[in-house]
Amino acid sequence: MEHGTVLEWLVGVGDLVERGDVIAIVDTEKSEIEVEVWQAGTVTEFLVEIGQEVPVGTPLARLSTQGGVEAPPPGLPAPPAPVAVPAVHEEHPGRVVSPLVRRRAEELGVDLEHLVGTGPREAITRADVERAASARPPLASVSPPVDGIRPARLVAASPQARRLAGERGVDLRSIAGTGPGGAVLAADVGEGGAAVPPSPPSPRATIAALMARSNREIPHFHLTLDLDLGPTLTWLAGLNQQRSVANRILPAAVLLQATARAVAAHPEANGFWVDDDFRPGEGVQLGVAVALRGGGLVAPAIPDADQLDTDQTMAALRDLVGRARARRMRSREMSTATITVTNLGDRGVDSVHGVIHPPQVGLVGFGRITERPLVVDGGIVARSMVTATFAGDHRALDGHEGARVLATIDRLLRNPAKLNPPSPDPEKL
Amino acid sequence: MTPEEARAVLVASIQQVAPETDPDSVPGDADLLDELELDSMDVLNVVVAVHDRCGLEIAERDYPKLLTLDSFTDHLVTLSEA
Repeated sequence: MEHGTVLEWLVGVGDLVERGDVIAIVDTEKSEIEVEVWQAGTVTEFLVEIGQEVPVGTPLARLSTQGGVEAPPPGLPAPPAPVAVPAVHEEHPGRVVSPLVRRRAEELGVDLEHLVGTGPREAITRADVERAASARPPLASVSPPVDGIRPARLVAASPQARRLAGERGVDLRSIAGTGPGGAVLAADVGEGGAAVPPSPPSPRATIAALMARSNREIPHFHLTLDLDLGPTLTWLAGLNQQRSVANRILPAAVLLQATARAVAAHPEANGFWVDDDFRPGEGVQLGVAVALRGGGLVAPAIPDADQLDTDQTMAALRDLVGRARARRMRSREMSTATITVTNLGDRGVDSVHGVIHPPQVGLVGFGRITERPLVVDGGIVARSMVTATFAGDHRALDGHEGARVLATIDRLLRNPAKLNPPSPDPEKL
Repeated sequence: MTPEEARAVLVASIQQVAPETDPDSVPGDADLLDELELDSMDVLNVVVAVHDRCGLEIAERDYPKLLTLDSFTDHLVTLSEA
């Protein structure tokens, strides 16, 4: 990769960014990548125009850090790219649609055939797809609605949009942006006067589209295994007794951690089914299904969940659930899960046989923890048990591969203390 | 701590953790978690909030006492007298 072209900005001048935030989407000769920022700071200036082709290493934007000192500018990354995206293939000669955009179009049910691309070289951008999706009812976006209150200087907008808005005397705050995260794009800026905001997708429409697609496309198989949680609960009780309330660990965190490790040891369940082929995920990005009060479901990913110890997993879970319920998700975590866990435990049902979130190939479920009779050494004892389930995409994997994931979770939970510190080699599990 | 004070702390803690709920409207003997759709994370956060507000620490083995507003309040009063 020698050159890249900025397709879209995902932030605006004046926006505060945190380490790891995606600030731009760059098209390279091979694929589209999301450029992340490695320092926290405030975006002060864009150094490259949308559509401008620049060599690798060119600074893209300027940031100022909290001390007012200028941070080293984030530039085009040299290969290998930070996000692994499958190879681009062309549908029409001269018209490029990257897998990222293709996936978004699938999620939103947008037909790419008849779409006009507004990106460089007529490339179809994510914004083109999202605009097309929002132009027709019912809306079916997988991203949750964005918080709507934005002070003027923090309105995310592309440099082009800002320029047009300035020229036409339009207040950026009055425009409902159709770019990622609600960013205002040039096409959103009207001739003047308030633009009509697109109505946000209802939570049900969002889930409906995903679940319908899943059932339509994925040949599911379902496996069940009852797990003895005695050792885990005993271990946790001992831990929690010695800690302050604020540092207590929930059983859910241990279940997530064990699942992440098990999936790391069985990578055939960790990845995507795309274009009749299995693409392994890079690391275990563990989607966690979070129910939103009042209805709805989001499944953001805990990054590299197999590398975390129990405390870190608990912290990640707490952070995700808190932000999900406050509708403050980051676009990156909404699209990166390589496998998802759904937990209708607590006091819900005994087991959940869920629906896989495409393009993932697996879904792990946990029901509620209950005291059940178990036969041990010929006698009946009461044990705390939980029913674990695995839903698999039969195009990508077979029953025995899914069974191995559950069996490994079972084995790990029999000796939870060994989950920490994280094993550097998942083969050693 | 009087029962009224305990209840006030409890209601405030629940409202902090689940702002879209209305704990005051829940009958005292109703199942709190079902009525307000609280899960284990919410319960833990309420326990933390209660501790932050009045310093009382609820042991994990006493979680079964937290099922209703009344029993939760009673437990806080008991703890405060210990």
